[in-house]
Amino acid sequence: MTNHWIDIKNSDCILIMGSNAAENHPISFRWVTEAQKNGATLISVDPRFTRTSSKADFYTALRSGTDIAFLGGMINYILSNNKYFKEYVARYTNACFIVGKKYGFHDGLFSGFDPKTRKYDKSYWAYELDENGVPKKDYTLKHPRTVFQLLKKHFSRYTLDKVSAVTGTPKEDLVKVYELYSATGKPDKAGTIMYAMGWTQHTVGVQNIRTMAIIQLLLGNMGVAGGGVNALRGESNVQGSTDHCLLFHIWPGYLPTPTASAATLADYNKKYTPVSHDPLSANWWQNRPKYVVSFLKAMFGDAADAGNDFGYGWMPKLDDGKAYSWLDLFDAMYRGEFSGFFAWGQNPACSGANAAKTREALTRLDWMVNVNLFDNETASFWKGPGMDPGKVKTEVFFLPCAAFMEKEGSVTNSGRWAQWRYKAQDPPGEAKPDGDIMVELFNEIRSLYAKEGGVFPDPILNLKWDYTTDGKFDAHKVARTINGEFTRDVTIKDKTYKKGQLVPSFAFLQADGSTTSGNWLYCQSYNESGNNMARRDTTDASGIGLYSNWAWCWPVNRRILYNRASVDLMGRPWNPKKPVIAFAGEVRDGKYVTNKWVGDVPDGGWYPMMNPDGTLRTDTKYPFIMKPHGFGGIFGPGRNDGPFPEHYEPIECPVEKNLFSSQFTNPVAAVYGTEKDVYKTCDPRYPFVGTTYRVTEHWQTGVLTRWQPWLLETEPQLFVEMSEELARLRGIKNGEKVIVESPRGAVEAVAMVTKRFRPFLVQGQEIHQVGLPWHYGWVWPPDGGDSANLLSPSAGDPNTRIPETKAFMVNVRKKGV
Amino acid sequence: MAGMSFLVDTSRCTACRGCQIACKNWNQNGAGMTKNLGTHQNPPDLDGNTFKLVRFSEHLKDGKPVWYFFADQCRHCIEPPCKDAIQGYVDGGVIHDEETGAVVYTEKTKGVPVDEVRASCPYDIPRAKDDGTVVKCTMCIDRVRNGLKPACVKVCPTGAMNFGTRDEMMALAQERLAALKGKFPKAQLLDPDDVRTLYLVTDDPALYHPYAVAGVRPGISRKLALRKLFFAPARNVAKGLRMG
Repeated sequence: MTNHWIDIKNSDCILIMGSNAAENHPISFRWVTEAQKNGATLISVDPRFTRTSSKADFYTALRSGTDIAFLGGMINYILSNNKYFKEYVARYTNACFIVGKKYGFHDGLFSGFDPKTRKYDKSYWAYELDENGVPKKDYTLKHPRTVFQLLKKHFSRYTLDKVSAVTGTPKEDLVKVYELYSATGKPDKAGTIMYAMGWTQHTVGVQNIRTMAIIQLLLGNMGVAGGGVNALRGESNVQGSTDHCLLFHIWPGYLPTPTASAATLADYNKKYTPVSHDPLSANWWQNRPKYVVSFLKAMFGDAADAGNDFGYGWMPKLDDGKAYSWLDLFDAMYRGEFSGFFAWGQNPACSGANAAKTREALTRLDWMVNVNLFDNETASFWKGPGMDPGKVKTEVFFLPCAAFMEKEGSVTNSGRWAQWRYKAQDPPGEAKPDGDIMVELFNEIRSLYAKEGGVFPDPILNLKWDYTTDGKFDAHKVARTINGEFTRDVTIKDKTYKKGQLVPSFAFLQADGSTTSGNWLYCQSYNESGNNMARRDTTDASGIGLYSNWAWCWPVNRRILYNRASVDLMGRPWNPKKPVIAFAGEVRDGKYVTNKWVGDVPDGGWYPMMNPDGTLRTDTKYPFIMKPHGFGGIFGPGRNDGPFPEHYEPIECPVEKNLFSSQFTNPVAAVYGTEKDVYKTCDPRYPFVGTTYRVTEHWQTGVLTRWQPWLLETEPQLFVEMSEELARLRGIKNGEKVIVESPRGAVEAVAMVTKRFRPFLVQGQEIHQVGLPWHYGWVWPPDGGDSANLLSPSAGDPNTRIPETKAFMVNVRKKGV
Repeated sequence: MAGMSFLVDTSRCTACRGCQIACKNWNQNGAGMTKNLGTHQNPPDLDGNTFKLVRFSEHLKDGKPVWYFFADQCRHCIEPPCKDAIQGYVDGGVIHDEETGAVVYTEKTKGVPVDEVRASCPYDIPRAKDDGTVVKCTMCIDRVRNGLKPACVKVCPTGAMNFGTRDEMMALAQERLAALKGKFPKAQLLDPDDVRTLYLVTDDPALYHPYAVAGVRPGISRKLALRKLFFAPARNVAKGLRMG
């Protein structure tokens, strides 16, 4: 979230689309309800009428996989009806940038596409630069190659007729949503979006979110209270694990993982440190070398110094051009490319798309270790449906681990708040905290390397590994390393910091090895003022619910990101009733002469852009400090599938053509080629759109919740929700068992015939959609059903490679027919 | 009339079922191995281990779906008909707590015919445990006496479940009703003068649950139910004697 949970209460209009917050983030509804009490409008857009929809002031449905069409229509509406926030758009977004002449868009393809490699050459989308290398701008937005004019042209094709024909949403409903939401384009109004996996899990996942980000920038909703682009994370600590580099493409704090061609630290810094020639651009990532060296010092301690590139050479590198995402790893496992696997705190036999491929892949391993609380479909895959235990060679080890309340540490919520938790009780039996399992494992690995050597022992032998107290994992020691400390006495701005002292915040991090920081974004979370994540002050000085002394949030306890866009050029809040920050410096002769902000931690504490007398300042920076040029990105030339979003059909869809272009699906989508990677579009055997989702009562694959009798009692079996019309068509009665099948697999499910699913009218055709939760598996309970991911396809977004589990094709039939 | 009351503001309920689970947790009531019967409502009804149940009902209104949630529980009637029904069989089967107004069944209800008690309840609440003890919501009297909110209220994230003095809850109920009336002309409080569990609904109560209000039950109005209980004790005393 750019904002945070409590901030939802400040919103004037809440759009819940691509998520089902009432069911999957139930506590968030405290704040949604609070906003509604204060007069906010709640809009729910979902293929299925959900518990969220039941609380909405306005609900409408769209066919799964058509969000860009729906939102593209909103962009068109906003621009055609002058609903955008002109000053904000002109001054704070890259709408004013002039794009180079090589940019083009024709019939669904952007310029620079190479059909042979199925990749874009992004240099075709570069900005036109002035003599200093700064993008040329036209603040009047009239130049035909400004981002603004290109945007207008691009989305002028998203007419109500076309959008309605693609999405299946009635035109009057589209207009209603567009009207309600675009009313937040006024300076003192804020609209927010709550989205989750309903947007990300598509072959156009990133562009779904980009489309909404564009809307938020057009309406001036970024940086303000009650606004933002708010991702509701799918687990309580997904935000934390992402911050600390759960994913293959990043190191902690969103530093890119190097590829093999960046052989030295100098190569790395050159390749990954963005450059801006504009003195008014903070270009915050220019500090990357400081964060990288501090990270390497945290990894290797005293063994890392300038003489050995701070151990950069010991860090693993990615092969250039190769992805190592979930889908790619299981594809490689399926093809026998590696032989050992730790399934740690996860249940891939149920959680990943195309679960049959995953289960088969597990049989190709020599060994697998599953660390989990309960038996599950991964640990027991070798005796699962269709498996012959005698023929499975994989040796499986199961390590029982502690649950969250049986260990101490931090959890970072969707709003970026790192909150410290204490241990409530000891884990049962032989179960151990994950930290202890890792400590024991690594000690053993290291002693083996010390004893026997190995191909490349240096990273193992040089790793700093001082995270135990009395032989047990100590979360406080890890937290200290994450924050970082000074490695020698250092004087910064006339103040001397002693060796071993914790670094106050990331502004103090250095590229010379004098500081460590396991994650620069968390520098300040655990410093000399204490464990800031453990703070529990419930007072709120802000009046808008920032609660700045409750826990700690990254970066530097800034509760609302991009908050310098919440004020005008002179530093005055766009909405004086809900100020996030305000400039309070003194004025002399029409000029600001002292620098003081009040409210949230400002996004860079520079002077406002303009003096009260209207003169522009030169000692300031643009508000979007993380972007190289300092402006909010309406144009996004860094994405793999184009600088503007464009509607493409899902890899599997019920229509024969894409009404927007002859480019049917995302031309650069991630698809795979084994015999298990089957994709069927417009195949009469699979006539219905299928989607997967979650319920309140279960968590993920249900490994924890299916063993919890009170929860299982409420949602005991796999179900498939379908419309009354579809049930009639297939002769299905409510509550009876049916078969749901896709080109990849089949599951048995209880039919839940409901008024909450309705057929869609798409391109003049009646289209049915069904949905299933993916919480079930064959291990427990008996007759509970199996994973809905046996149906979903292993195809993914070209940027994130997240699988398309929200839109695919299935058949539904009565059992035995 | 002092004491305590609940306010169940259904306009704020998202059917997360936190209340249903918290109730089981506090009372240490077990779970059954249920089946999905084509609805999210589960267990299908109140039972000896389920004192609080979120009821789901869906309808079409002006061509669009509506989905109503009704977190059903004992109303803790101001004049509880079940008290007389049970007392007809056994003394001390029901404690009608003076301070809070809670209607609490005791272990002495074991053996009292649950059908009789159910029939006396205008809201069809009481159920029996496997051992024959008649049970229902206790208003978490043990928590309330120690200054805590009932478990179902404690966990509710949205403010659908509220608990406080009767005056506070009545005032809150009237405030919420006034706020909802504009958007929902049928918004209403259900039998507010007769019960301590005040339900606020936004539509015809019959669309939520057949027993949402007293008297919806086929063949029995609340008045009739009350009249019935007026005569009931004598009959039950006789039965009770036979049982003894």
